[in-house]
Amino acid sequence: MIDYGRLLSPKVQALKPSGIRKFFDMLDEMKDAVSLTVGQPDFVTPWHIREAAIESLERGRTYYTSNSGLAELREEIARYQKRRFGLEYDPRSEIIVTIGGSEAIDLAIRTIVCPGDEVILPVPAFVCYEPLIRLAGGEPVLIKTKEENRFRLTPDELRAAITPKTKLLILPYPNNPTGAVMGKEDVAAIAEILCGTDILVLSDEIYAELTYNGKHVSIALMPGMRERTVIAAGFSKAYAMTGWRLGYTLAPAEITRQMAKVHQFAIMCAPTQSQYAAIEALRAGDEDIEEMKAEYDRRRRYIVDRLRKLGLPCFEPEGAFYVFPNIGGFGMTSEQFCERLLFEEKVAIVPGTAFGECGEGFARISYAYSIKHIDTALERIGKFIERLKK
Amino acid sequence: MDTILKLLEENAQLTAEQLAVMLGKSEEEVKAAIKRYEDEGVIRGYTALVDWDKTDREYVSAIIEIKVTPQRDRGYDRIAEKIINYPEVKSVMLVSGGFDLLVTIEGKTLKEVAYFVANKLAPMEGVLSTATHFVLKKYKDKGIVYGAPEVDERGNIM
Repeated sequence: MIDYGRLLSPKVQALKPSGIRKFFDMLDEMKDAVSLTVGQPDFVTPWHIREAAIESLERGRTYYTSNSGLAELREEIARYQKRRFGLEYDPRSEIIVTIGGSEAIDLAIRTIVCPGDEVILPVPAFVCYEPLIRLAGGEPVLIKTKEENRFRLTPDELRAAITPKTKLLILPYPNNPTGAVMGKEDVAAIAEILCGTDILVLSDEIYAELTYNGKHVSIALMPGMRERTVIAAGFSKAYAMTGWRLGYTLAPAEITRQMAKVHQFAIMCAPTQSQYAAIEALRAGDEDIEEMKAEYDRRRRYIVDRLRKLGLPCFEPEGAFYVFPNIGGFGMTSEQFCERLLFEEKVAIVPGTAFGECGEGFARISYAYSIKHIDTALERIGKFIERLKK
Repeated sequence: MDTILKLLEENAQLTAEQLAVMLGKSEEEVKAAIKRYEDEGVIRGYTALVDWDKTDREYVSAIIEIKVTPQRDRGYDRIAEKIINYPEVKSVMLVSGGFDLLVTIEGKTLKEVAYFVANKLAPMEGVLSTATHFVLKKYKDKGIVYGAPEVDERGNIM
């Protein structure tokens, strides 16, 4: 009998599996539960985009593309980023088309982080960063962002976390799970601290299109920041294209050249059909984005209002499609709260602790659902809370 | 305030209170806007989309193309206004192309609809010809897809 524990990578074995799996397994058992857990759009990819992929198949475009992705796509990405966010990147040397934003994050971390490096990560945050930092041999330095700061990273918190070993700051805004955004002044203050240091930034801008009080401002636009920033972006959230697995990196040529090697040897290239669909999305999809965003915004206002009326304190999320209400006032842990809600009222929401210990006292509710669905769930949550208050 | 119209067209059940929260307006503002739309005839009514095939009601519907002779001064209006009086007539539209009026009608049986066309519509003064198309299956109506209800198959991924 092989002793796998002795053979398999200790680094991988030491990774904790996503804490939320157990909860989702329970949810899967309950067929009649109303779920507000899903982290992806409820819209279907607009038809004209799907059609472009179908056409690429009809024309027999079933080959690999170049490692960095179709030249045409990279050119459209450059135009789109300029048009929507004012960012300027050279399609030939500064863009890599990846398998989703996830690969973009992985590329950046693997290319930048060396054993012993410290990586600053504001939390709560999406679950992938910490394991990827550890796989690269880095040490995550978590900054627990606060509800009273609207879950933004403050300059003081950052300054206190920086040591001589700090190599990278991960900036996951607009944020999953909190819905927090960093405004122009916020990123400017962060930029001021980083300029003149050797610290790089990975800005995860997958939700950049989904901000509801003004446009997203990338930290790469701040003076002196472009040279030290890698942006991870993608098509999943803006165009409802999660299943297509398509994203990209924007980074200075020197960094891109190094990341391109990791991408080339691990992935070769992103799926060709998805790339053709993405070209269509960038050329003719701005209106789709606006329409979906307007709908998310209406749901956001609706769900925040309802939760507050139910007596759940809820900070106003300004991005992504999540609300992060404070459920700490009932003498239960987040997990207990969510489990009881699931069993007693058959409504599923994600305990904040799925995003790390710092999520204790909170829960993530997704509003990537129809108003009718949200209504049903909130009515039940209302009943549950009424009972708890008695 | 056109968003209110768009949202109500998609879902007429939204209350003024819900619309107000979603759009960041006061409930009074939304109520006033809806009342104005109703008074001005911008909003013509609120109905439910019923898939009668799923019920045991005896039901057929047909689309009828009608060619007519326009009348002096009144054009197509007079004849269209005559046709709208029949309760079995559900819609009447003047259209461009190879015919003039597009009429949808409902009845219990094919026979009933055929009788209506042959005895009421076709002999009407000014009607030159009719062509009746019975509806066999409805795939989509007023933006709503008919067929099996959708199942949420999105994966829970973390």
